[in-house]
Amino acid sequence: MIPAAFAYHCPTSLQEALQLLAAHPDDARVLAGGHSLLPAMKLRLAQPATVIDISRLTDLAYIREEGDELVIGALATHRQIEASDLVRRWAAGLQECAATIGDPQVRNRGTIGGGLAHADPAADYPGILLALDAQFILQGSGGQRLVRAANFFRGPFTTALAAGELLTEVRIPRPAPMSGSAYVKLARRASDFALVGAGAYVALAGGTFAAVRIGITGAAAAPFRAGQMETALQGASASAEAVAAAAARAAAGVEMMGDATVSADYRGHVTGVYARRALDAALRRAQGG
Amino acid sequence: MPASIGQRIKRKEDPRLITGNGVYVDDIQLPGMTHAVIVRSPHAHARIVHIDAERALAAPGVVAVVTGEEMKKAMVAPIPCFWAPPFVQNPPHWPLAVDTARYVGDGVAVVVADAAAAARDAADLIQVEYEPLPAAADLESAARPDAPKVHAELANNITYEFKFATDNIDQAFAGADVVVKTRNVQQRLVPNAMEPRAALAEFRKYSGEVTLWSTTQNPHLLKTFVAACLNIPEQNLRVIAPDVGGGFGSKISMYPEDYIVTYLAMKLGRPVKWTATRQESFLATTHGRRGVAEVEMAARRDGTILGCRINWLADMGAYNMAITTFTPLLGFGVSPGPYRWQEHAIDVTAVFTNTMSTDAYRGAGRPEATYYLERTIDALARELNMDPAAVRRKNFVRKDEFPYTNPTGFVMDSGDYETALSRALEAAGYQELRQDQARRRQQGGKLLGIGISSYIEACGVGPSKALAAVAFGGNLFDAATVRVEHTGKVTVYTGASAHGQGHETTFAQIVADQLGVAVADVAVLHGDTGRGPVGLGTYGSRSLAVAGAAMYQALQQIKDKARRIAAHRLECHPDDVEIDEGRIAVKGSPDRSIAFAEIAAAANFGSHMNYPEDLDPGLEATVYWQPENFTWPFGTHICVVEVDPEDGKVQIQRYVAVDDAGTIINPLIADGQVHGGIAQGIAQALFEELVYDPSGQPLGTSLMDYAVPTAPELPAFENHYTHTPTPVNPLGAKGIGEAGTIGAAPAVVNAVVDALSHLGVREIDMPLTPERVWKAIQQATKGGVPA
Repeated sequence: MIPAAFAYHCPTSLQEALQLLAAHPDDARVLAGGHSLLPAMKLRLAQPATVIDISRLTDLAYIREEGDELVIGALATHRQIEASDLVRRWAAGLQECAATIGDPQVRNRGTIGGGLAHADPAADYPGILLALDAQFILQGSGGQRLVRAANFFRGPFTTALAAGELLTEVRIPRPAPMSGSAYVKLARRASDFALVGAGAYVALAGGTFAAVRIGITGAAAAPFRAGQMETALQGASASAEAVAAAAARAAAGVEMMGDATVSADYRGHVTGVYARRALDAALRRAQGG
Repeated sequence: MPASIGQRIKRKEDPRLITGNGVYVDDIQLPGMTHAVIVRSPHAHARIVHIDAERALAAPGVVAVVTGEEMKKAMVAPIPCFWAPPFVQNPPHWPLAVDTARYVGDGVAVVVADAAAAARDAADLIQVEYEPLPAAADLESAARPDAPKVHAELANNITYEFKFATDNIDQAFAGADVVVKTRNVQQRLVPNAMEPRAALAEFRKYSGEVTLWSTTQNPHLLKTFVAACLNIPEQNLRVIAPDVGGGFGSKISMYPEDYIVTYLAMKLGRPVKWTATRQESFLATTHGRRGVAEVEMAARRDGTILGCRINWLADMGAYNMAITTFTPLLGFGVSPGPYRWQEHAIDVTAVFTNTMSTDAYRGAGRPEATYYLERTIDALARELNMDPAAVRRKNFVRKDEFPYTNPTGFVMDSGDYETALSRALEAAGYQELRQDQARRRQQGGKLLGIGISSYIEACGVGPSKALAAVAFGGNLFDAATVRVEHTGKVTVYTGASAHGQGHETTFAQIVADQLGVAVADVAVLHGDTGRGPVGLGTYGSRSLAVAGAAMYQALQQIKDKARRIAAHRLECHPDDVEIDEGRIAVKGSPDRSIAFAEIAAAANFGSHMNYPEDLDPGLEATVYWQPENFTWPFGTHICVVEVDPEDGKVQIQRYVAVDDAGTIINPLIADGQVHGGIAQGIAQALFEELVYDPSGQPLGTSLMDYAVPTAPELPAFENHYTHTPTPVNPLGAKGIGEAGTIGAAPAVVNAVVDALSHLGVREIDMPLTPERVWKAIQQATKGGVPA
């Protein structure tokens, strides 16, 4: 469990980190909490020539309100998010999601920015952040851009991040009145990663669904929005029966992953089950339950 | 002083171990120490064409690179297998592959460097040219005559065939009202001791002494075999097992690395350490289970079972390690279970595959046999429309029938199976559970299942006489030395070798109980061939039943001598004194007494003036002892599960275990053993499996892929005991280390199948992952289950 040799940099400012990243466009990996990168390096599955350790950029570890958005710095740990009252008030589903990641040791070290940039197809956050319609700030040495979660995840371990860019912040829009969010998952027993994870956000108007967003992670090569299920429910009367009827379409049009231990068939089936459960829970919250 | 035997005393070793103050092999640092890394085959089966070590040898800090040919030359004989009678094919197993690699992880070369990191880096620089060969990775395919051969020099992959049948087995089946058949799969498990294997050797050139520290369960055997194979005069080799962090059977074998570091330390004149990574624990430490058995059971309509046939295909892996071949035979003797049918047949076909070797894993053969049987008993109950508890009860050997010779010829020492079952049913509230189950089936939603498993074990490995019946030409005795020091404190040595079992506490309790001294005044030493008598280690639930029994007998010798010294001083007959609370007193006259410490002083350095004339000095005794028979623990476990038919998830609601291990020395430690055992049995039932793909690549060799359960997945265990002391040893202790594992897997699987039986589900192969459970429901109902 000894990694291959690498050059180690430990910048103390964001600017310095971006300069280092620009100087090593091809061979550098960014180290935050280290819970994905370090195990891969110890197994020599990852052998980066350069590691840029951003853990000292502690001013990126914030969670705060900014106008109509909840903003979370990339270095906020899962534990911080799990324990934050602010997060619970804005998006109970995000807090729920953070609490299901790994175990306490992992949650105390792992960061939201690290997890998102790594883009493991079975990671938890994408499920709920798709549902919350979050945006990410991608910062390069030449400036920053804002990318919606729906446009960020491209495939397994592949994102919209360009060489030299660092994901620095997650921005979540203020929830509507009479809204709720939730995250539920079927975990793989060994890793606690999502075999299927479903995040849901609903906003109600009268007795109907004014907004429905469902993010699914773990089931396909990249996390996705359950578009057909959302469409079926948009404007429908807000009831568990309506949700159950629409849930059959949660995975419609998306190619499910199949591997040695979990088949695509089963993933397709439980995508519907967990999409329904997430939406039911979000609906109960929206209804003040 | 209350008797120490039977007390729930906290483990003496725990403050050391849980504060990080244990000393494990990898903690040991020696001057000039070098580090070894093994280069392992990435192919399941390949010819080694060429090994180029030039770049590695030129790398900074590298001391040596050694390959298979050189290691083979260093060995007088291949790595031993303990059970290889003439009908067992036993191809040579060398520490590093010579010409051919036979599993992914087979060692091909070893790099030694000044630092562990340098050795690891240099290992990547060794260029091995392989010519991949077709692999026989799958058990059932490998058994076929046209399969690629794991060992080219053999005629086929059949390691051995063992056939046993009673004379009238066919008549039993011909005359039966009902015959049920089951097919049962034992998946491959990875023992995953918390401490990976490690070995460190030091050679003192001028004295010729060699010391090998190893994560072994049996240092004395390791010493003998390493000395013999490497031609080291045995008196010069000392093997030390310091603190060892778990084994579960996977540290019984003499491993290639034990030989490699010892050879290299002697060759290089510097200490050499090797420590496995977790991945090497998956790839190159023995695995458990992996077999398939077809079972047929013949019965009368009233539930009386007339006979049983078991056809067992067992995966050996690529080489015969220490217990690889014998493991199914450990299942043979218990294969009729706690039941009394007379006609019995079992065929074992053991098969080489291009995978890591299997070997003993907690229970070793007995969990497999018990699973095959207990699944089939449930199938029979279903066929007869009888309660599974009633079928078991009807067929148990009765408590007045012991000693009972079962149809395999093994003699079961003692038992009361019906009481254990009754206690378990009562503790579980069985009738209420059945009512709850019926109610839930009507309501819809999550389903309730109740699973029963009754088991027996053959422990206290092992008596030469009983072993001879299965062609095991050996004697697995154990030994103890008790030394009462001058001050009355006691040092004892056991030949058993703890690696988590708590010997330091349990053995101290036996000493305290017998000598009337405090547990804190007893030091229990083990795991070092350089001090204490020879013993055969810890496995097969043998430590208490064999080594503890030897200790008990040595203590009787000490007591006899102490009584004689005391009687001399108190001017009475030795029969008239008794030992209690640190003193020896005249019976009935507690005021006429002498402190035990005073006796110790008299025996050690005392003057002749106050000492019996015909008595030798010293207060020390050594006993070597071999039991006449195995001990036969038993019990009944009941598991209650909730199954979510929507996603197939299984949640264990309750787990009731009634175990009988005879005399319990420390109930707290016994609880811990049963808890851990049940956890491992549940793990097999629900979570764990290492899969090799058809090309022989293991899939998922990390704890991110391989699901060892953690506390949240396990229920609060409800433990109960009955106590039927064994007549086989003077302690009456039978052994408790493996019971939980043996009982648990069938109880859990029976529970899940029970939950789904009304839907038509009859069989689900372990591990019962949510997907497998869901698919079984889909298949049984043709997809018609309410979502």
